[in-house]
Amino acid sequence: MRFKRISLYVVKKIVKLVSLLLTICILSFLLVSYSPIDPVQTYVGADMMRVSPEQQENIATYWGLDESRTEQFLSWGKAVLEGNLGTSLIYRDSVADVIAERFLASLVLMGFAWVLSGIFGFLLGIVAGMREGTIVDRIIKGYCFLLASTPAFWLGLLLLMLFSVSLGWFPVGLASPAGILAEDVTFIERVRHLFLPALTLSIVGVANVALHTRQKLIEVLQSEFARFAKAKGENGFSLLWRHGLRNISLPAISLHFASFGELFGGAVLAEQVFSYPGLGQAVVQAGLGGDVPLLLGIVLFSTLFVFAGNLLADLLYKLIDPRMRKGEVQ
Amino acid sequence: MMDINQVEKSDHTLPNSLIKDKTPLFEVNHLSLTFRQYKKGLRESSTQVIRDFSLKIHQGEIVAVVGASGSGKSLLADAILGILPENADVKGDLKFAGEELTMEKQMLLRGKDISLIPQSTNALDPLMKAGKQVQSVIKRKNKKSIQERIFHKVGLSKKAGEMYPFELSGGMARRVLVSTAMVSEAKLVIADEPTPGLDEHARNETIHYIKQLADGGKSIMFITHDITAALEVADKVAVFYAGETVEIANIDDFTGKGENLRHPYTRALWNALPQNDFIPLKGSQPLPGETINGCAFESRCPIAVEYCAQKPPQNKSVSGGIVRCFHA
Repeated sequence: MRFKRISLYVVKKIVKLVSLLLTICILSFLLVSYSPIDPVQTYVGADMMRVSPEQQENIATYWGLDESRTEQFLSWGKAVLEGNLGTSLIYRDSVADVIAERFLASLVLMGFAWVLSGIFGFLLGIVAGMREGTIVDRIIKGYCFLLASTPAFWLGLLLLMLFSVSLGWFPVGLASPAGILAEDVTFIERVRHLFLPALTLSIVGVANVALHTRQKLIEVLQSEFARFAKAKGENGFSLLWRHGLRNISLPAISLHFASFGELFGGAVLAEQVFSYPGLGQAVVQAGLGGDVPLLLGIVLFSTLFVFAGNLLADLLYKLIDPRMRKGEVQ
Repeated sequence: MMDINQVEKSDHTLPNSLIKDKTPLFEVNHLSLTFRQYKKGLRESSTQVIRDFSLKIHQGEIVAVVGASGSGKSLLADAILGILPENADVKGDLKFAGEELTMEKQMLLRGKDISLIPQSTNALDPLMKAGKQVQSVIKRKNKKSIQERIFHKVGLSKKAGEMYPFELSGGMARRVLVSTAMVSEAKLVIADEPTPGLDEHARNETIHYIKQLADGGKSIMFITHDITAALEVADKVAVFYAGETVEIANIDDFTGKGENLRHPYTRALWNALPQNDFIPLKGSQPLPGETINGCAFESRCPIAVEYCAQKPPQNKSVSGGIVRCFHA
């Protein structure tokens, strides 16, 4: 029975993922095919004057540009299914390799920011919720509202101006010092380069978790079971520990895992400001440079990334909440 | 059915001196409860929810506090336990076992000497196993075995202790709540509307457990708006109207057409019961915060005269009960 449930769950999720990917593929392929970027021109680049119209025609035919959109989509889709995402025009390297390399850099940045903002936001939310209505609560709430309405790139610029330009504590950009071989870059240097972009991302990510945690904790503290717990002699920290944490961690966890999309969106902006060579920066370059294979590749990859976040949130919820866990089994 | 006396009795005997001179286990005198609120900026306003509440409960006694919805009954429980929100002002004397019940004392006693049976099964933490929630009030060792023994007494299996509240039926959850009061060493149990919304069987079961608790030596404050349930279990009935105790009557006073009852409101409640004359009382009680100069019941009272609206009546003892009425 249990096995049947689990396999049904897996099948459902797979169907969802496949249909999601298919939709994303069709949509992004359509958008790109209608974009004003001429693939032949982008491919040839500055040598366009030296390529005769007949040669251009030949390239177009070779790429299948004279075929209908459906046929183009089907042949692209077939290649993707075979694991061939094509070659990036900007990097002159296979798209899969570029994504892998860039994602690793982004993963460090996003992971760092994600963990920090999660812990910090959760703690701030608890403090505000426990002290609802006090000056502490108002300061935290105001701080969160301010953060929630702050664009990531603007905050990044501010931090850059303060810490890199005025104080000179951190480098202005990139992931490692210029002019040094990759294998000679020290760990400290890497952290120094990572610090500001990660700080930008985590500061922006705090507001959401903090405000939701605060709200949930206030709800829990006003609940019937909190009243009963108080009547049983529990209060303050023991009440929070025994009855609060489990109840408030559920929304915080699901929210934080489901925020992979926003995290990725924030990374695009932060990486741009700090010239940090991650996936976010690559997607901007691909878009501006008309690098269609890379653009589509990153779109597909980020879809997977966000889907994975939501899936993790879903699974963790089932793991932690007995109502979900046992409900599944019974 | 199950007998709670054997194990529990020894824990609940009070010092002999207390029983000898009949000091009430719990005593409230002129309790008032006001909520402060900030309206429009910094102007503070206050709403009085309980105006003048007095009550005595002796050891092993069940005293029902009967009042309509919205008369501030549940807040009364919170006031006694000391778990009101911070914007509440409590005035009046609370005494427990002859000693003044201060805020610090309340904090020490709640869950230990004073226990609550809440109204709703939502009072169980949805993410904590039922057994664990009962064990939290046990101060002795062998928490688990004590909890399982009590569960057995109220007809819950060992397995129920490992269940989460959502896996329990309404009836089982209610037994979990009752067993919290049973395992505690509480001398005073406040049952906050434990019967409304229950079917006949569950209601009788709950009343049975409350009687058991009292037989085990615990004093019970049974808060309810169900006067029939109150008459079934209680030794005394305190009638609560618009934040005041208007009458404390003995159970035997509720007979006939209510001739032995001292207050017109109590009489009206009694005669409104279907098994009696089924005469409804017109109007509604004053809202919390409404200013009342005279008797709270004046506006609905069939025997009110002019001065009833001018000054409030005081408590007086009449034929073994207490009443707040000029005419009694």
